[in-house]
Amino acid sequence: MMGRIVQYGVLFLATLFFLLPVYLVIITALKEPSAITLKDTWRLPERWYWESFSQAWTAFLPKLQNSFFLTIIATILSALLGSLNGYVLAKWKFPGANIVFPLMLFGMFIPYQAVLIPLFQFVRDIGLGGTLWGLILVHVVYGLPITTLIFRNYYAEIPDEMIEAGRIDGAGFFGIYSRIVFPLSVPGFVVVIIWQFTQIWNEFLFAVTLVSSPANQPITVALAQLAGGEAVKWNLPMAGALLAALPTLLVYIFLGRYFIRGLLAGSVKG
Amino acid sequence: MNWLKNKDTLYGFLVILPSLVLLGIFVYGFILQTFYTSLTDWGRDPAQALSANPQIRFIGFENYRELFTGFVDARFRQDLVNTFFFTLFFILGCLGVGLGLAIVLDRSPKGEGFFRTIFLFPMSLSFIVTGTIWRWMLQPQGGVNQLPTLVGLPKGEFAWLTSREQIWQVSWNDLPFLTALVVSAVLVFIALGAFRNGERRRGFIASGSTALLLLWAFTLGRTLQPLPYDEPHGFNLAFIGIIMAAVWQMSGYTMALYLAGLRGIPEELREAARVDGASEWQLYQRIIFPLLAPITLSAMIILGHISLKIFDLIFAMAGADNAPTDVPALLMYLTTFRANQIAKGAAIGMILLLLVAAVIVPYLYSQLKSEVRR
Repeated sequence: MMGRIVQYGVLFLATLFFLLPVYLVIITALKEPSAITLKDTWRLPERWYWESFSQAWTAFLPKLQNSFFLTIIATILSALLGSLNGYVLAKWKFPGANIVFPLMLFGMFIPYQAVLIPLFQFVRDIGLGGTLWGLILVHVVYGLPITTLIFRNYYAEIPDEMIEAGRIDGAGFFGIYSRIVFPLSVPGFVVVIIWQFTQIWNEFLFAVTLVSSPANQPITVALAQLAGGEAVKWNLPMAGALLAALPTLLVYIFLGRYFIRGLLAGSVKG
Repeated sequence: MNWLKNKDTLYGFLVILPSLVLLGIFVYGFILQTFYTSLTDWGRDPAQALSANPQIRFIGFENYRELFTGFVDARFRQDLVNTFFFTLFFILGCLGVGLGLAIVLDRSPKGEGFFRTIFLFPMSLSFIVTGTIWRWMLQPQGGVNQLPTLVGLPKGEFAWLTSREQIWQVSWNDLPFLTALVVSAVLVFIALGAFRNGERRRGFIASGSTALLLLWAFTLGRTLQPLPYDEPHGFNLAFIGIIMAAVWQMSGYTMALYLAGLRGIPEELREAARVDGASEWQLYQRIIFPLLAPITLSAMIILGHISLKIFDLIFAMAGADNAPTDVPALLMYLTTFRANQIAKGAAIGMILLLLVAAVIVPYLYSQLKSEVRR
């Protein structure tokens, strides 16, 4: 009996800790600017003020479009490359593959501050400075280690006998990929696409350093700028935070199982 | 692997080659270039910093020397101390909250799936979103400070993100000595563990290194004075709020890891312990916690490398130039892209890389080694 009380007590307190910020975001976004005072932070709004959302929508729509454009293209490219790389590393190990693989993986852990200066120059020198395409290139390249890792571990589960059977039927490297491996890859692609979508959508360091013009800003940079301005009324940043969170949140709510698989795959063995 | 005909292996290699070349350039090439930049004076002369063809001179490890012992770079040294405390409390917080929630959820309460979803949802958010929300939560006159008034208590007065209060101060000059003591303690721990498992060679190596390190600490380490004066550094209380927000976001991750671990422990094992008369507490202490130790280690490493790199959360919560909540990752950005001290920014980036590599390289090595064994 005591155990049950403690158990549900812990759950109640933890739920409070995790949901209080959510409550605060929603009620603040729904208050009139003049009704937002520090003293009444926690009180429900007396009048629902939906204009915050229409204002935030107008201000953030171009940035949301930038984020969608960038995230979708970079996600698809890094997933496709990761699938091919994973296929090679799982089934066609070339000499030295066991040395190359950890060297690739190291790339997903480095602090990007250690490559940022040459990266900035490189992107500028190839004519992509300040553009979304520059950002896409960067996300594809630094996404390769994790997408390769997830697909490699996923393809390791495909029995070698199936590859062998494909060979006996006369299929080569590409034939086996397109006829046997790729059709089996759907769950792998779901995990990788969800993971990359979330990572790239949420990313900030590359976005804030490589994209300077406001027209090309992704949503994270725009939100940080809006909330960082001192004079701003808080209903707008809160509505903006909800808009920025919504795509990844929806993915999490509807495809949470696959999201968690990607999460656990990040700890290498998966 | 004789069935690999040459042609197909070659195709495989050609398919992966572009990725290898790209990563070779973007990871290793750029790291080398950053390292070279960190050995130059690029940015010392403001006129040269932004010119199209800057004149750059090689000055060796001067930037590093300044960061650790120069008068103007005291902020970097405080940032290192900040990162240390942030990492420590962030990891402890995530492990504690995550383990507690996992144990409660493992006992299958009603609505388990609902609670799991709630505890894990912050993981899907951007650090920028989390930072924006918590920035509002931690306004000195509102938010969290107003919470006590809801139950009739006086409101809190703590200046969450801007407090200049600092506790547990030590002089920068004492750090070599103190670091040596901490490392020795860890080595003693490893040596004891090795002797207990009968790995004598490992035990002797660890205890030998401890002896050498302590010898160094009490002779040279004591007299080593990086600075000609005492420079106090400590734990900035302004970090408490950052730690809270970071734990809010990341403890679901440790919960998921621990829950997977707990679910993997067979019920028969628990039953057997209960039959032998173990109390619930003894069951956890003697059987379950030791089985979770490898998970704890993995979680510490993954969380540790995240916390060393923490950038966006603080940027969104406190701004990039809020001195009490500064970390090296932010200072690198400010130094390079705002102050145009490019070479010094490169040096900070390299130090950050070394810190992360010290955590990650042994981890990758052990993970992949055990995989080969499997």
